[in-house]
Amino acid sequence: MNNRLKVLRAQRDWSQSDLAARLEVSRQSVNAIETGKYDPSLPLAFRIAELFELTIEEIFDSPARHRSGAI
Amino acid sequence: MARLAKNPAQRAYLKRMAVLMTAYIVILFTVVGYFNQAPRDGPLAIVAALLPAVPVIGVFWAIGRLLIEEQDEYLRMLLVRQIVIATGFALTIMTAWGFLESFDRVPHIPAFYGAVLWFAGLGVGGLVNRLTLGSWGQC
Repeated sequence: MNNRLKVLRAQRDWSQSDLAARLEVSRQSVNAIETGKYDPSLPLAFRIAELFELTIEEIFDSPARHRSGAI
Repeated sequence: MARLAKNPAQRAYLKRMAVLMTAYIVILFTVVGYFNQAPRDGPLAIVAALLPAVPVIGVFWAIGRLLIEEQDEYLRMLLVRQIVIATGFALTIMTAWGFLESFDRVPHIPAFYGAVLWFAGLGVGGLVNRLTLGSWGQC
């Protein structure tokens, strides 16, 4: 799933390790989510959204809307 | 692949593995010595022969505990993938070998090699994780 995590992290000048520590996950998890190799669970997606004070949709692209060409 | 532990679940796993592997070596040498001293028979011989299996079974338990205790969902997914691949790997070879053995195409091998294959399969699973997701996994 495409997402803006890398951009949001860079805007705050956080490394992957910084973000991982804030989310209480491994650095590998952050890397896998950023590169679209792993889609986070809903609870983790909420934690990410709350950390950046955004909605989930503002961070993650909806795969269904992406497929339909709406995004 | 075992690497430096970074969270409590991984540290507990490595501690359990160190204890179990040490126990396995001590028990195996003791039991081999016991059977080499004289011909053994009866219930005690059965118990002695089963003893080396205990720490190996303990390794299955330790991996199960790691799966339960790991709080990082991505690392847990990597471990699940490793376990599924290891199980498929071991069962595939054991099934093929079993039929080959039934038709006298290959020699008999002890059943505990199933565990050896499963552990090797965890390595295969780690390699698949590394190639497809970029991370080895945890054990």
